Amino acid sequence: MYTEKVMDHFQNPRNMGEVDHPDGVGEVGNPQCGDVMRITIKVDDEDRIEDIKFKTLGCGAAIATSSMVTEMAKGKTLEEALKISKKAVADALGGLPPQKMHCSNLASDGLKRAIEDYHSRNENR
Amino acid sequence: MDKAIFMDNAATTRTDPEVLSAMIPYYQESFGSPATLYALGSEAKQAIELARQRTADLIGADQKEIFFTSGATESNNWAIRGVAEAREDKGRHIISNQAEHHSILMPLKHLQKRGWEVTLLPVDADGLVDPAAVKAAIRDDTVLISIVHANHEIGTIQPVEEIAGIAREKQVTFHVNGAQTAGHVPVDVARLGCDLFSLSAHKFYGPKGAGALWVRRGVRITPLLMGGAQEKKRRAGTHNVPGIVGLGKAAELARGNLENESRRLTDIRDYIIGRIESSMEDIRLNGHRSRRLPNNVNFSIEGIEGESIMLSLSYPTAKGARPVYISTGSACVSGTLEPSHILLALGLPAELAHGSVRISLSKESTREDAEYAVKALAEVCERLRAMSPIYKRGAKQCASGSDGRDCEAAS
Repeated sequence: MYTEKVMDHFQNPRNMGEVDHPDGVGEVGNPQCGDVMRITIKVDDEDRIEDIKFKTLGCGAAIATSSMVTEMAKGKTLEEALKISKKAVADALGGLPPQKMHCSNLASDGLKRAIEDYHSRNENR
Repeated sequence: MDKAIFMDNAATTRTDPEVLSAMIPYYQESFGSPATLYALGSEAKQAIELARQRTADLIGADQKEIFFTSGATESNNWAIRGVAEAREDKGRHIISNQAEHHSILMPLKHLQKRGWEVTLLPVDADGLVDPAAVKAAIRDDTVLISIVHANHEIGTIQPVEEIAGIAREKQVTFHVNGAQTAGHVPVDVARLGCDLFSLSAHKFYGPKGAGALWVRRGVRITPLLMGGAQEKKRRAGTHNVPGIVGLGKAAELARGNLENESRRLTDIRDYIIGRIESSMEDIRLNGHRSRRLPNNVNFSIEGIEGESIMLSLSYPTAKGARPVYISTGSACVSGTLEPSHILLALGLPAELAHGSVRISLSKESTREDAEYAVKALAEVCERLRAMSPIYKRGAKQCASGSDGRDCEAAS
């Protein structure tokens, strides 16, 4: 059902955990739906994602997409990172089963939320 | 690599080699249809009649009242639709419960759309139907009650004898789906007191695609499949002779060792439940603790999701580790966005239904395998909980001492 790449990210997740003193935090999903993703980011002076970590409750696809998003976003500018789409994440994993495209592919939303959080923190400063 | 541990036997079992050998001659040697008169046909005819006797013996029935089907789904569909149609003149009300298998709920829904009224009774936190509630739900126009013998997901064994007494008193036809009990616990339809009983061969080491519906003499039921005169004109279609032979052989084998095997599995089941409860935190046993199938274990594991548990256990990463196959009530495997309706019927919040695992044993299951599976489960859950953004968070936020679950609901 899952591609080798999905299984690889599921079994050996990249960047799992929480960034210390994050500059932005994004949490999406709902435990009642079986999926919650939390993305924490550290942003450098040039608006680049210096560090990014995830914590995810969810199925194999939810964990693999979270792991993949952190890999794709690391080192990118915030502007570039905002362009990472659900489809790009799924494609990078060699595809996802159709029923998983919506419910378990929230990681890019989590990343967007973290970036928004970063911006709103800076505005308030 | 060591061999896999298959503990998803409530879904299906491996066909017993003796069953398979009994079936093989009916594909190429005695391949005739039992309906024909020449020798090939009569060989097949004898074979299915022997299977009918063996199937009847497994559940204490008269062989004349056994009708072969393609499995429990057909038997259940037939029982519901066939009795509803046959008794339509008396009324169009049916009673069942919220935790039934889809092969009961879907035909009921179908009838509902066509004007029948269906009462789906709730179950209690252990999954039990209250016989008093059944009694109270019976109306003048009630024609059928259908209650599962034991739930396939949580293993709870229903008080069917009591319900049968009520049904008989009120002259309502009573169907019992015995897909999980036949071949696993002693069944005697006379003692149960029901009118119809469904069973399926592949749940007790027989082949897939073969099952039966026992219909007590005198019970009115119209056929589901119409055509030829097979099965006394009640179930048309050329007999699945190898499948039926396999069902009969599986029934004979199961009956021979029923009580010992049932005890042996109960011991392993209780060992697993005990080990999980003593080695893992924040878990909940689903289903009744003692009124329970000998081969069923079901737990909800807080803070994680079932598919990820199932997937981790079936594809272990450590070198030499053995895959363990189990199932889950998570939405991710149901093909819908909803978690198991059975766990929700127990009153479980959706997140605990998503985080459920079912371990179901077979005659191949050993205590050593059980020990391995529990250890693997605990390790996998620990790893997934470390990844979970919500596990333990609820409790932390309410360090003031209020109940963790209330806090989670409020947050």
